[in-house]
Amino acid sequence: MSTGFVVLWVILAAFPFVWTFWGSLKVQGDFFSRADWMNALTGPMTIAQTGAPFTGQGYVGAWIESGFWRNVLNTGIVVAATVTISLTLGTLGGYALARSGFRYAFWLLMIALVFRAMPHITLVSGYMLPFFEWNLWGHLPTAIIVLVAINQPFTLWMLHSFFLNIPKDLDESAMVDGCTRFQAFRHVIIPVMWPGVITTGLFSFLLAYNDFAVTAMLLSQENQTMVPKIASFLGSVQVEGNVMFAVAAVVSATAPLFVLIMVFQRQIVSGLTAGAVKG
Amino acid sequence: MFLFIALPIVSVIVQSLFVAHEQVLVTVENCGPFGCTQETRVDREATAALREAQPLGRFNGLGTYVNRSHLATAELAQAWQSRESLGQFLGQVMNLPFYRALAFTLSFTFIVTPLVLVLGLAIALGVNGLPRLLRGPTIFFSLLPMIVTPLIGSLVLFWMIDAQGVIGATLQILFDDPNLSLKASPALTWLTLFVYGVWHSAPFAFIVFYAGLQTVPAETLEAAMIDGATRWQRVRYVVIPHLMPLAVFITLMQLMDNFRVFEPIVGFQAQASATSLSYLIYSHLRGDVQQFGSAAATSVLTILGVAILLTPVLIRTWRDFNRKRA
Repeated sequence: MSTGFVVLWVILAAFPFVWTFWGSLKVQGDFFSRADWMNALTGPMTIAQTGAPFTGQGYVGAWIESGFWRNVLNTGIVVAATVTISLTLGTLGGYALARSGFRYAFWLLMIALVFRAMPHITLVSGYMLPFFEWNLWGHLPTAIIVLVAINQPFTLWMLHSFFLNIPKDLDESAMVDGCTRFQAFRHVIIPVMWPGVITTGLFSFLLAYNDFAVTAMLLSQENQTMVPKIASFLGSVQVEGNVMFAVAAVVSATAPLFVLIMVFQRQIVSGLTAGAVKG
Repeated sequence: MFLFIALPIVSVIVQSLFVAHEQVLVTVENCGPFGCTQETRVDREATAALREAQPLGRFNGLGTYVNRSHLATAELAQAWQSRESLGQFLGQVMNLPFYRALAFTLSFTFIVTPLVLVLGLAIALGVNGLPRLLRGPTIFFSLLPMIVTPLIGSLVLFWMIDAQGVIGATLQILFDDPNLSLKASPALTWLTLFVYGVWHSAPFAFIVFYAGLQTVPAETLEAAMIDGATRWQRVRYVVIPHLMPLAVFITLMQLMDNFRVFEPIVGFQAQASATSLSYLIYSHLRGDVQQFGSAAATSVLTILGVAILLTPVLIRTWRDFNRKRA
């Protein structure tokens, strides 16, 4: 009985994605079939219109005609910059806080909690008018800075508790051997910190990649990232076939996440549970 | 870093006290061969200059808070005085945008959260009973709904429940009603959004509970079995008490996440029948004229809501933390 339940859940969780991926290779007449949903599987309209059971029309339309490649590029820039900056600040800051002796843990946790609870859109509405006034609105660096700021308390808290678990003796013995504080960090701590950094980096990546509120409000039309672009596909296009652009774009945006889970499943699970076990 | 949290909050509070300038009106007299006419016009240059000089707008005090699109105190009082029954009063209140959004946000938060807990626990128990080899792939597929961008996840479901999509069409056949559409009626839209919410968040509860299940002491379970406890009794009296702290953690996270529900409403294009507080702010900022004052006032009210929601948690954490240190 319980196995049956798990099977049902797996189907519920995975089926929508499989279905959409399959459907993205069809034409609109099949994916949204008036006659029979089986058409989406066999694709008679696709064969009639293109001569083959599968078509890349949606992808060509989205990536080339609608310029989706530019949004993919923007997402790449924003995500890479956000992850790099917040990890750099996070490791240095987290290490410093963990070794300073004073118990920052509580306050860090509080700030991280408050920031997690705050709807991002309320913060964005605070940022927006000043950004307009200072002519900062619409540029990629602005969005990156805001994302880093939103992300930073969480990153700091996570890396801070991770560094607390690395025994103090390790860097103290390095300093007894004549290292400076920075050399101890460089030669002793950096080699052992990667598991924590990778887990934290994954969550920063997901925050930046999945964000809609910040990127939709703070970026101008030509600087848009993928997610707001997909949302705007829906508002404007009602022409036959163009819904498939959005479907193809959605599948393209899901693919990196798919790979990410496949490679880093263990780290994601451990990161999700770390908060629960410790806090 | 602290500045980045404090500044926007200060900024929304300040902004919420101002409203946009009124347009500067000038009266011009046009004299032609058939006499003179007076005409009132908008002086565009003067308006633009005024907006340039004071971008915040004019000071409005708490005016924005009490107007119709926020707390609507005047409308509330009027509806209360002219009420014929409680139901009718509530009906009128639900027509005010802020209360409508608040009602949806609160029901979303308090309906989805318990369902997520139950479903997550059920999946975790199920997966725990699987052979070890199958667990990895199961976890992989379970993570998908949670990791995928919320907007994208809701779009995927939105296309499937379309009257011509696979689920929508199947439902029409099942209920034998060719006009059945999940997007048409408010009740069904709410239901769809709740289902999406559970689908999106259940994996989180599942993963945390699953990790917790690995730490359930085997001796206690065996002792319960020797005492003749059935499978259900073992779950009820051994496993669930052991997982209680985790359930508190998940509830806390879920309350926070569900309170800011936003992307699904954009994805499902449900704004006609369901809006949340976050969506209100978004639409104020989005419209033809950006209403910074309105958005800011809603933001402040939302922040207050979050504060009320979080206070018990913060107090509890503070106590725990002090106990640990003592």
